[in-house]
Amino acid sequence: MDKDINIKVKVWRQKGPKEKGRFETYALKNISQGSSFLEMLDILNEQLINEGKIPVAFDHDCREGICGMCSLYINGHPHGPDGEITTCQLHMRSFNDGDTITIEPWRSAGFPIIKDLVVDRTAFEKIMQAGGYVSVNTGGIPDANAIPIPRDKAELAMDAAACIGCGACVAACKNGSAMLFVAAKVSQLALLPQGRPEAARRAKSMVAKMDELGFGNCTNTGACEVECPKNISISNIARLNREFLNAKFKD
Amino acid sequence: MNKIDSKVPKGPLAEKWTNYKNSQKLVNPANKRRLDIIVVGTGLAGASAAATLGELGFNVLNFCIQDSPRRAHSIAAQGGINAAKNYPNDGDSVYRLFYDTIKGGDYRAREANVYRLAEVSNSIIDQCVAQGVPFAREYGGLLANRSFGGAQVSRTFYARGQTGQQLLLGAYSALCRAVNRKQVKLYTRYEMLDLVIIDGRARGIIARNLVTGKLERFAAHAVVIATGGYGNAFFLSTNAMTSNGSAAWQCYKKGAWFGNPCMAQIHPTCIPVHGEFQSKLTLMSESLRNDGRIWVPKKIEDAEAIRAGKLKPTQIKEEDRDYYLERRYPAFGNLVPRDVASRAAKERCDAGYGVGSTGLAVYLDFAEAIQRLGKEVVEERYGNLFQMYEKIVDDNPYETPMMIYPAIHYTMGGLWVDYELMTNIPGLFAIGEANFSDHGANRLGASALMQGLADGYFILPYTIQNYLADQISVKRFSTDLPEFEQAEKELSDRIDKLMSIQGKHSVDSIHKKLGHVMWELVGMARDEKGLKEAIVQLKEVKKDFWTNVRIPGKKGDFNTELEKALRLADFIEIGELMAHDALDREESCGGHFRIEHQTEDGETLRHDDKFAYVSVWEYRGEDKAPVMYKEPLEYEFVVREQRNYKS
Repeated sequence: MDKDINIKVKVWRQKGPKEKGRFETYALKNISQGSSFLEMLDILNEQLINEGKIPVAFDHDCREGICGMCSLYINGHPHGPDGEITTCQLHMRSFNDGDTITIEPWRSAGFPIIKDLVVDRTAFEKIMQAGGYVSVNTGGIPDANAIPIPRDKAELAMDAAACIGCGACVAACKNGSAMLFVAAKVSQLALLPQGRPEAARRAKSMVAKMDELGFGNCTNTGACEVECPKNISISNIARLNREFLNAKFKD
Repeated sequence: MNKIDSKVPKGPLAEKWTNYKNSQKLVNPANKRRLDIIVVGTGLAGASAAATLGELGFNVLNFCIQDSPRRAHSIAAQGGINAAKNYPNDGDSVYRLFYDTIKGGDYRAREANVYRLAEVSNSIIDQCVAQGVPFAREYGGLLANRSFGGAQVSRTFYARGQTGQQLLLGAYSALCRAVNRKQVKLYTRYEMLDLVIIDGRARGIIARNLVTGKLERFAAHAVVIATGGYGNAFFLSTNAMTSNGSAAWQCYKKGAWFGNPCMAQIHPTCIPVHGEFQSKLTLMSESLRNDGRIWVPKKIEDAEAIRAGKLKPTQIKEEDRDYYLERRYPAFGNLVPRDVASRAAKERCDAGYGVGSTGLAVYLDFAEAIQRLGKEVVEERYGNLFQMYEKIVDDNPYETPMMIYPAIHYTMGGLWVDYELMTNIPGLFAIGEANFSDHGANRLGASALMQGLADGYFILPYTIQNYLADQISVKRFSTDLPEFEQAEKELSDRIDKLMSIQGKHSVDSIHKKLGHVMWELVGMARDEKGLKEAIVQLKEVKKDFWTNVRIPGKKGDFNTELEKALRLADFIEIGELMAHDALDREESCGGHFRIEHQTEDGETLRHDDKFAYVSVWEYRGEDKAPVMYKEPLEYEFVVREQRNYKS
């Protein structure tokens, strides 16, 4: 049964990209365990506004775990201590009366801080723009059933396509690598006949862009897979490496 | 006398779109390069339109308020997308999809637009597959289909419970490619706050850079609004937190007409409100009603005991349960359309039979399905939804019935557009949920995705050329023109005014008050008295907002509270227009239910003789009442009938 709890939150506050940041601690009383983690932050902000202070900036949108907008490093875990969910799906029943909860932004060279807990993930856009697509124009397409696709291939592609682009993998990685994100898109398209013609080019250009933007290398620690809210498997990274090496050998 | 020209082409229904395309004006490639198009929004409609227009050779400027186009709320659509492929060989056709959509909309949509929608639906599936959208497939490698509400055929394509996500990522990838090829310039974390009109034509926008807080000017030869619906006027809805009606509303205030504002869809299966600090409502897919049985206690004392926590639903005997949908609608049972199921739940809760701690919930019970099919089958069908429910509510739906309650989900109303998807302001277009055109008074499941992509991929890229063809000699506009100057100044003054109030209440606290008025008086069941009361109360909310709101921080900064305040100012006015429109429409149709206009059995009662029209509202100024025009819906091809789900 859900109770009301009293907690403290230790939140990273930073006015702007170039300002010096610091932790601030706030006390919150009578938080229902039935409320979501972000609703707890709404309550904190309501409290701050009523005290004439500046509310905490954090990214969020759909609040049902699919848009990928919410982030937050909670008690040392991207998207918090609970598995297979995003921060917006985390509920306060994962915490106890008297807890102090530490909340930080994604910390990674690839994601500079904009304000407080909000980071700039434009780098993911640039990687996608470098090749995360099938080059087809609108219209003039043969019938959708013209090319049969084996069901298991389609399912594997769907597993990879479930990535929400939140960046938890980068935040979890000690090297700040974006390999899981890149691998998910490369795998999805490499598994489908529609994506095969460009598979080599795609792998090369997305990896090159990732390197250029300052993301680290993959050393197979697997932290990304553990923290991924959508269970994207690191076997996708193996598939990406295969695609990438094949492409390089052909060069 | 009627100044509304919907520009529907002449000729037989099935030939209208072909005839239009054969005779419309086109722009040649050399001239396309000289024409700029602003597309606001990057959901299914916006992203598909921006990518396609870019591919065609236009210069596209595409804006979104999130940090990436992929965050748009189209991403959250679960169930699927309709198309008239007839792959299952079960008798589907373009005409049937058209007919089901018109009927589902309770005969309040434009025939020609809906037919065209059905006509292009098949190309959407082809397009998405070519982009690498991993739709569900059969073992033979061909595409799978499932059935959805309001249809007798299986025409819904899906990608697990994440169809919206996969379709949006498809459109987004096309957009990424267009950005890479410099056909589209992308502006993320930008919010359109005003429309700029020069000599009667839409020529640009003023947008706020949400990171720096700076107002910036953008000029173009045409402006496309693809910013979705205004369901968040109700505060609690299934929309995303930042979904808003402001771009469309600013167009309205600059003279664009608003069509059918009162038409909002309430989805019956959402997780109920749990407390005062709830920020949004989570949808549980309509598909659950295939096997779940909806009930409340038969005895009021049982309901009271449940609310007090003294009794569990599993302790209520079978004969003491009221399966009210099965009782009232023997033929359709738990599978009645969304509007009917929603109203029936409200009726039981209002009568005192509601469950949960608030009394605003009903049970959706799978015990019978588990007994009949086995737990494994139920898990296979609904496992992910059950898991999602358990994460939020902390109850195991395999053991105890789910609790559900209706919530605002989609707005059928929106900017009025003609057959070309152009508003009454030349050069201003509206696509996707932002326009009013295709769903009438009620939208069928799996049709929002279809409409967004139809507009963006296959309709607007044609129709906009008919407008731009005579703009080829118009040079690019300078953003130093007095029209831009003035628009920016007005906006800047408005922001200053908001910042200077420094009252006592947060934006959210006032938004909640607005939501309360809207839900109680302009929600699922409306009547004259309540709507008049709503108009009075909304005036008070507006006054409260403009005298008591407190916006911390500075305007020239990343300031979420200011963003929310600007949106709320518009939501209050949208709410007022919804109430006016609902008061004016003295009939019940689809999602619009007027208590005074129902059949003896409590069903919607249309008055086709008086209300077979689109209500088209025109803004007349701050303190003046808006004017309503009527676009008659003269049906040439379909006969209107009363919907019947009982026998």
